[in-house]
Amino acid sequence: MAVQLRRILWGLAEVIEVVPETPRTKSLLLEVPEWEGHEAGQHGDVRLTAQDGYQTQRSYSIASAPEDERLMLAVDRLDDGEVSIYLTDVLMTGDKLELRGPIGGYFAWEEGEGGPLFLVGAGSGIAPLMAMIRHRGAAGSDVPTRLLYSSRSYEEIIFREELETLASRDGALEVIHTLTRSRPEGWSGYDRRIDAEMLGEVGWSPEESPLVFVCGPTSFVEGAADALVRLGHDPARVKTERFGPTGG
Amino acid sequence: MTEGFFSRGFLGRRRSQDTELPPGQYLEDGFPVLSAGPTPRTPQEEWDFSIVGEIDEPRRWTWEEFSQLPSEEITRDIHCVTKWSKLGTSWEGVSVDTLLEGVETAAEYVTAFCDGDYTTNLPLVDVTGGKAWVAFAYDGEPLEPEHGGPVRLLVPHLYFWKSAKWVRGLQLTTYDIPGFWETLGYHNYGDPWREQRYWGD
Repeated sequence: MAVQLRRILWGLAEVIEVVPETPRTKSLLLEVPEWEGHEAGQHGDVRLTAQDGYQTQRSYSIASAPEDERLMLAVDRLDDGEVSIYLTDVLMTGDKLELRGPIGGYFAWEEGEGGPLFLVGAGSGIAPLMAMIRHRGAAGSDVPTRLLYSSRSYEEIIFREELETLASRDGALEVIHTLTRSRPEGWSGYDRRIDAEMLGEVGWSPEESPLVFVCGPTSFVEGAADALVRLGHDPARVKTERFGPTGG
Repeated sequence: MTEGFFSRGFLGRRRSQDTELPPGQYLEDGFPVLSAGPTPRTPQEEWDFSIVGEIDEPRRWTWEEFSQLPSEEITRDIHCVTKWSKLGTSWEGVSVDTLLEGVETAAEYVTAFCDGDYTTNLPLVDVTGGKAWVAFAYDGEPLEPEHGGPVRLLVPHLYFWKSAKWVRGLQLTTYDIPGFWETLGYHNYGDPWREQRYWGD
């Protein structure tokens, strides 16, 4: 978690591809000249400028591993989102996007920090956790890792196929889904919001001293983090990243 | 490096209040929560607030004593480094001037220390002279734990991470000790009007 203090300058990224992940979420694959690298879990700032000079900024978690060739941001389309609607509906391959980062350094994991790792996410809160899972894979780490991931429906599970593939060939990586609104026929997994009981069943016991990362909307993170502390986890080993219901 | 660039097809959504916002901020009607870990919950009987460090006699208030201090109503705009601003938020709190009344100190800085081991650093002149409060109510209600309750520091002229949640006291120091976010790449001072978000801004 060593943070090297240096100025974080704006640069122009090129959009290589816009990948639809779910009906509401797209991944932006970016080529960023002079990117100085990041740690899994960090985020970047995006700045949009209209022709008359009007500007606005937002932060997005980086979903790619430090080892990946392209930088990936996962963007959830919010119905009233000024920036997210532009990024998901207007932006296309070949466009330029103003970006600076990486930013943050507390909600970050590097394979040398070990584990076991318990990743708890909801919706697009998967983005920084995916960066950790990808980093873990790219680094050839065998740190035991469990992802508990809450989505509204099967179709809205972001990175579903990649998670399946990674888990199928890696005995130390387990992916557990819960679907809160609708389930496909024959679904045998969890079907409710993440609660203390689920965290207790899926996660490691506090005695195994896991490193826990929780990311999602505020109410989700508040609930999960409170439950983890009540289950006996050391608050200092529970790291959280929250985003509000508005603001995209 | 990016001068003259504009985003193809971006029109933007201007709002009439945009002129009141610091650069790069957007207006937020809700009250987003940001913190690095679980929300700490200290039982009231164990809670205290203290002034320590460069002070002859450290000061300490229990919850009951703190509740009896004279308080003020405060209405200010707040600006979070994550880009949202909220206008005209109303608080009730004890002025830091009240807590430091009569204190003679060689200190030029303070470190606010908190439950959950969070710290943030500020120049002493930025928390005195009617610029900072220890707030216990928001919008007429006791401050909720997720927003920093029972009390948080309120320093509205700086980015909101300086308004430390779950604050338990102020350490007066003669030198500047960068706090939690300040050592993680965020700006040491954090003036939103100069857009001092990150180190070197």
